[in-house]
Amino acid sequence: MKIGVLAVQGAAREHILCLSRLGVEAVPVLRPADLAGLSGLILPGGESTAQWRLLSRAGLLGPLQEALKEGLPAFGTCAGLILLAREITNWPERYFGVLDVVVERNATGRQVDSFEAEVKVEGLGEVPAVFIRAPAIRAVGPKVEVLGRYDGEPVLVRQSSILGATFHPELTEDLRLHEFFLNLCGKG
Amino acid sequence: MQKGTYRVKTGFAEMFKGGVIMDVTTPEQAQIAEEAGAVAVMALERVPADIRAQGGVARMADPKRIKEIMNAVSIPVMAKCRIGHIAEAKILEALGVDFIDESEVLTPADPFHHIDKWQFKVPFVCGCRDLGEACRRLAEGAAMLRTKGEAGTGNVVEAVRHMRLLNDQIRRLKEMSRAELVTYAKEIGAPVEILEMIQELGRLPVVNFAAGGIATPADAALMRMLGADGVFVGSGIFKSANPEKRARAIVLACTYYDDPELLAKVSEDLGEAMPGIEIEKIPEHALMQYR
Repeated sequence: MKIGVLAVQGAAREHILCLSRLGVEAVPVLRPADLAGLSGLILPGGESTAQWRLLSRAGLLGPLQEALKEGLPAFGTCAGLILLAREITNWPERYFGVLDVVVERNATGRQVDSFEAEVKVEGLGEVPAVFIRAPAIRAVGPKVEVLGRYDGEPVLVRQSSILGATFHPELTEDLRLHEFFLNLCGKG
Repeated sequence: MQKGTYRVKTGFAEMFKGGVIMDVTTPEQAQIAEEAGAVAVMALERVPADIRAQGGVARMADPKRIKEIMNAVSIPVMAKCRIGHIAEAKILEALGVDFIDESEVLTPADPFHHIDKWQFKVPFVCGCRDLGEACRRLAEGAAMLRTKGEAGTGNVVEAVRHMRLLNDQIRRLKEMSRAELVTYAKEIGAPVEILEMIQELGRLPVVNFAAGGIATPADAALMRMLGADGVFVGSGIFKSANPEKRARAIVLACTYYDDPELLAKVSEDLGEAMPGIEIEKIPEHALMQYR
């Protein structure tokens, strides 16, 4: 199984390391050709505005949109979740829009309010999470399952083989969410 | 729930990787930077080229200016405090600035010490010219590093010097025995335990950007080829003839630094770059990197 990690900007290296530790081939995705033969794609944290502009200016947008529409399993963390979301409450743009959730950018505030905490995840128990200027999930569509909550609010969601987290599992040593995603890719 | 942990600080810096952080002096410039694809902006009253030209004591920017810039964009906002100026840093933290650059571009406030950055919730980035300086800043709690280069010159040679030196020192460190490492730590003024950590990792433990003199897409690409995780562009964008176009070009060059055809395309017809200065023409006391 080969998993791509979108690498135009952001924390791609950390996800690639997590996947490598799980014995999976992980490749950075920078060009349309990098999408060939992927069983899944991780959209890492970073700046969603910068990532989107790079994707559109480097000709990667169309091929990526196509792959996601065709059902390529995807896991978006933080900025990656924003790129996948159907709607952003406090930003005029809409990106891939393949995950039926409404998100708010920078909902936890500025960097001094960024934090680490344990998140309750269905079937996995407590999972360590790092929230960095994190978005919030304000609404979820009927086909979206809330898998993890923090402080009562959804922070990890799944819609078929698309997974979205408002936090960064790749900044911790815990690989269970990556494993969980690999299972979704295997079924796809 | 824990705020301001080292992991939260260094993790935030990881999110900047592959990106460009741009100096801006007005809300309008900040919006141009955001639209161009900057991963963050550095809010300033004067860009380094003007600080250099005008002289005098360079201090933290007016909080009003910083707040205006914070309100104008959705991307992170950084601001500079003087080296060792704990009070300026506390003010910037209270303003909610996302990252503080304890910067040699401003006039140093403390002739003896840098700030003890462990005492803050907000993360700090610091400049370094070599491995010893990098290790000292890490010991003080810096969550991100950058080369010093020579700011405000539009001349990349010093940033290249600092990145080359660092690379060379890390390469040699990897081969050292424990005894050699201890002696080396003394030579370069670095704490032993931090050198050990770098030896084990085979690289710096935090994100390291290039800064100081980057003026063109090719400069940004060069620094990435040398191993920089991303670039700061100070005067290079808003002191050039066409800031929008140049900013976009540098953003693309920073990601696709290994694609010469794309670099050629984005480098085309950008208009005048900022005027450059030869380092040899600058009197030694006016060099910012020795601060």
